[in-house]
Amino acid sequence: MSKFGKKKKDVPAVNTAALPDIVFMLLFFFMVATTMRETTLQIKPPKLPSATEVKKLEHKSLVSTIYVGKSKNASAGKGDKIQLNDKISGVNDVTNFIYSERDKHDAEEQKAMVTSIKADVKTNVGTVSDIKHELRTINALKISYSSGTGDVSNNFK
Amino acid sequence: MAKRDIPEINAGSMADIAFLLLIFFLVTTTMDTDSGVFRKLPEIQPENTEAPPVKQKNIFEVSINRFDELLVEDEPAKVEDIRQLAIDFIDNGGGTYEGKTCDYCGGEKKESSSDHPGKAIIAVQTAQTTSYGMYISVQNELLAAYTELRNRYAKKYLTGKYQGLSYTDLLNIQKADKENADVKAALTQIKKAYPEILSDAEPIK
Repeated sequence: MSKFGKKKKDVPAVNTAALPDIVFMLLFFFMVATTMRETTLQIKPPKLPSATEVKKLEHKSLVSTIYVGKSKNASAGKGDKIQLNDKISGVNDVTNFIYSERDKHDAEEQKAMVTSIKADVKTNVGTVSDIKHELRTINALKISYSSGTGDVSNNFK
Repeated sequence: MAKRDIPEINAGSMADIAFLLLIFFLVTTTMDTDSGVFRKLPEIQPENTEAPPVKQKNIFEVSINRFDELLVEDEPAKVEDIRQLAIDFIDNGGGTYEGKTCDYCGGEKKESSSDHPGKAIIAVQTAQTTSYGMYISVQNELLAAYTELRNRYAKKYLTGKYQGLSYTDLLNIQKADKENADVKAALTQIKKAYPEILSDAEPIK
């Protein structure tokens, strides 16, 4: 029996020298493939509608996003809320929001700016229509109704 | 003095630092690419502008009421039907536009439907409390109708370099090569044949 006892050896340590390389690789992947989260949602995360005729938005910096949905905390009241930047605002603030977004870019880029409306499927069209009216008054005519890719029948479920 | 070896830097904690950074980026960033249905809003017209005269038969009315029920040209319809109804309407080609008949239209040339794709207007009327999901679905179906007609036109009538390609193919080419003047010209030709004339009425209160 003692023969077996002698053979007992330490398990060699796993070489972890390449671990930092792997982790760095992952790190760089995420740094390149993702973008910084800009706003904290004050509304319930909107369930976007699905559509088949969608186009991807290019040049993220030229996109101003308007969120529409129900408020997270009940004290803000029922009904559709509009979120601009980090807070819930009224429809009249939309113009100022677009102006401040425009200020960040020069005249050439301003022409290419797009307003993305991220609204929940259950939102009233009236609310979206009010936003559209505000956008028209300041000539921010390019809009995108943010939606996922999928069959339209998903919108009624 | 005796030359000493520079001690090697301990890299054991490098992985920990990298992990820390990795987790930071995982938490603070998002991966969603924003995509959506593109529309261009009409400019605001001066108060006293008179609407141009449009014949009733050149307007395709889609109404959505507050219960999300559809009325297409005064007939109840389903969302799935809109695409075909819109195609039939746009592609009718029963009359003339700028003195020309629509020689590429495949419609029935009915007297009661639109004259020409250049004249055919699609008007969407909603109620204040119509759901946004329904509205987008209808918009999507109408845009799909235009895409289908444009695809057909492109395949049939484009000549030269892009013969046989569809409108969607051309859009993909343009995405890869934005400065390509040939693609732009081809796309302009298609869009002129089937211009997108979608109008949104103010919601009924």
